Amino acid sequence: MDQAMANMPMLVFFVIGTIAVAASILVVAMRNPVHSALFLLLTFLCVAVLFVMKSAEFVAAVQVLVYAGGIMVLFLFVVMLINHRALPDERVLSKFWIGGVLVGLAIFALFVGIVRTGAYHDPSPNTNRLTTVREKYDEETETKIIRKSRWVENRNSEAVGMALYREYLVPFEVASLFLLVAMVGAIVIGKRELSAEEEETTPQFILERAEIEKEVKESMSA
Amino acid sequence: MLSATLFAAGLVGVIIRRNMITVLMCIELMLNAVNINLIAFSHHLASLEGQVFTIFVITVAAGEAAVGLAIIIQLYRLRSTVNVDERNVLNG
Repeated sequence: MDQAMANMPMLVFFVIGTIAVAASILVVAMRNPVHSALFLLLTFLCVAVLFVMKSAEFVAAVQVLVYAGGIMVLFLFVVMLINHRALPDERVLSKFWIGGVLVGLAIFALFVGIVRTGAYHDPSPNTNRLTTVREKYDEETETKIIRKSRWVENRNSEAVGMALYREYLVPFEVASLFLLVAMVGAIVIGKRELSAEEEETTPQFILERAEIEKEVKESMSA
Repeated sequence: MLSATLFAAGLVGVIIRRNMITVLMCIELMLNAVNINLIAFSHHLASLEGQVFTIFVITVAAGEAAVGLAIIIQLYRLRSTVNVDERNVLNG
């Protein structure tokens, strides 16, 4: 029983990871974009579970709120708006699909090679690095020691907030500026040009036409 | 390993699909794979930087999705199709 409890995180990791991989493959394989979007949602939720398991609760919450809540609604909204019906005889794949699969498999093999042989699996992995990180924190100011100890107590969102507003304040502000620019850009790009009928009903157009008619009448009477 | 699989699936999707919305979804998939790696190394190295970086990556992904979908909507209005290989003309 104890051993079963000890193996629990590994089991959860494998189950959730398998679901995530299967869902991501289905995202690519589904014909209908709505189905793809729903499987993408499943992938995002599985990734959030993995974040919680890696003691990153705040990032997991942000993942659920921003991705599952915001971006997925945006995607589904656009899919419904465009109403792209998947006709049965329509080609779904582009003409490069064999090359694409080959490139994907090559990249995958490359990653597997790196993970198998590389720096992931040191014989004595964690001890050295962890002590150096701790020493670095101990040498620095008192606030960082507090932050470190709090993170050990697993108050993750507090620690992330501290790091975000102290050491990463400038990137944080740049990110907010980036969001502003993206919002303005999306609105400008997505704005609809008025069609000819709608243009006739704008007040400016009516005023201009009235003036032109008045000029024409004056020239007729003169 | 998991991250590598997710990234490869996203890359294959970017290359082989014709529907532009699906391509954008696959880009989100690749960003998520990178996020998994960042969080895993943040845990491994007992450092918070990975989590902060992940938050920035999520921010950038949100902005990118918004702008990309706006471009797709505008293209659909102009050409009434969202397939990638019919959109190789940039002269408007």
